[in-house]
Amino acid sequence: MNKIFPNARSALAGILKDGMTVMAGGFGLCGIPQILIEAIRDLKVKDLTVISNNAGVDGAGLGTLLETRQIKKMISSYVGENKLFERQYLSGELELEFNPQGTLAERIRAGGAGIPAFFTKTGVGTIIADGKELRDFDGATYVMERGLVADVSIIHAYKGDTEGNLVYRKTARNFNPMMASAGKVTVAEIEHLVAAGDIDPDAIHTPGIFVQRVVHAPNAAKLIEQRTTRPRNAA
Amino acid sequence: MAWTRDQMAARAAKELRDGFYVNLGIGIPTLVSNFIPLGMDVQLQSENGMLGMGPFPFEGEEDADLINAGKQTITELPTTSYFASSDSFGMIRGGHIDLAILGAMEVTDRGDLANWMIPGKMVKGMGGAMDLVAGVKRVVVVMEHTAKGQPKLLRKCTLPLTGTAVIDLVITDLAVFSIDKTGGTGMTLIELADDVTLDEVKAKTEARFKVAPDLKTKAA
Repeated sequence: MNKIFPNARSALAGILKDGMTVMAGGFGLCGIPQILIEAIRDLKVKDLTVISNNAGVDGAGLGTLLETRQIKKMISSYVGENKLFERQYLSGELELEFNPQGTLAERIRAGGAGIPAFFTKTGVGTIIADGKELRDFDGATYVMERGLVADVSIIHAYKGDTEGNLVYRKTARNFNPMMASAGKVTVAEIEHLVAAGDIDPDAIHTPGIFVQRVVHAPNAAKLIEQRTTRPRNAA
Repeated sequence: MAWTRDQMAARAAKELRDGFYVNLGIGIPTLVSNFIPLGMDVQLQSENGMLGMGPFPFEGEEDADLINAGKQTITELPTTSYFASSDSFGMIRGGHIDLAILGAMEVTDRGDLANWMIPGKMVKGMGGAMDLVAGVKRVVVVMEHTAKGQPKLLRKCTLPLTGTAVIDLVITDLAVFSIDKTGGTGMTLIELADDVTLDEVKAKTEARFKVAPDLKTKAA
C-alpha cells in the first residue's frame, strides 16, 4: 500500500470534515506540521476542534487557522503567544479547554494506547479537577482524566521511509509521537523521504503502523519564536 | 537592601546539589543556570523534551529544532537526551526530577501556589506548571515580595490555584521562607536579604510565619 502522497492537499483530501477533531503536533513553532496546517486552511473545513499544546503565533502555525476562523475549540496547555487567540477567546468566539501540559500529553498517549482514563495527581485542588472523579491511592488524592483520540492527526517528522516509519529531530519531537498514535488517520509531513530499510530499525521513533499518509516537505519553513544567542567571546 | 534578580537567582542556586536533575521556570528561575557552582554536575530538564540543556547558541548557529520550554534557542551538551512530551512528564510526574524552581503570583503559608491565570485578563494557560508542582520532589518559588505594593505571600490565594500544599521554599527580594507543606508547622522566615529588617518583612507579608531562632542576614 502506498502511503506517500505528492502534496499536503492530496494527503488530506477525503479525510477532512466540518466539525471534526484534529490533533496537531509541535511545541511553540518547533516541530509543527506547517504545510499540513496551510492545506487545511486551503481546504476550508470549519468548526474544528483542535488539540495542540499551543495555538501558534499570529500568522504562523495554528494562528493560520484562527485567522480564517476555522477553529471552534482549542484543547491546549499554553496559548500565551497569540494575540488573535486571546481576542477571539475573550469575545466568546472561540472555546478553550486548558489542560496541564503533562496531563494533555498523557491523555493523548493513553488515547493512542487504548486507555480510556487514568488517575493523576496533577491539578488536584485546582479548577482543573472541578467535576472530575477523585480517588485516593496509597494515601494521596488523584483526579481522573480521559484518554484523547482524534479523527485526524497532523504531525511533523525529520525523516520518514515509504513504510511510514518516522524519526524526529531534537526538541521537534515533543507531542508528535503520541499524536501519531492517537489519530484515526495520521498524516505526517517529513523533511527527508528515504526508502524502506534506509533507517536503522533500532532508531525508529514512530513505527509506520501509526502513520497512514506521508507527504514529503523538503522546503517547509522552520520558524524561531525567541532567537536567543550568546557572544562568541563568552567564557 | 533588597536583592536584585541576579542575587535572588544566586540564592536559589544554593538549593542545587551535585547530581540533581532540575527544571527551571521562565523569568528569574532561568537565571539560576548562571550560578551553578563550578564542578557541580546538574542536568537541566526542559519539559518540551530534553535533559541536559546547554547555553544559548552562538549567533548564526541557532537551530529551529532545538528550543527550551520558553521557546528560546538553546544548545545540546554531551549529556543531552531528547524524548517525547509524554516521557518528559513521566519524569516530572513520576518524581524523577529532584528540584523545580518556579515563578509565582501568589503563595500561601501552607504552600499553595497561584501562577497561571488572572481571570478575565490574562489567558495564557498553565503549561507544565501544575505537573511540575504535583510531581517534582522539591519545589522552590522565586518571586518579588510584593506586586504593586501588595503582598504576594498570602493566607489564601485569590487567583486560580496551580497546586495546593506544593511549595517547599520561597525566595523573594527581601527574604527566604521554608514551608512545611506536609506537616502542620506552616511557614518559617529563615533568612533576610542584606539590610532588610524583620519589621519590613512583617509589614509586607500577609501570610502567617514564624521566625527561625537562627535567623540571619546573608549576602546572596
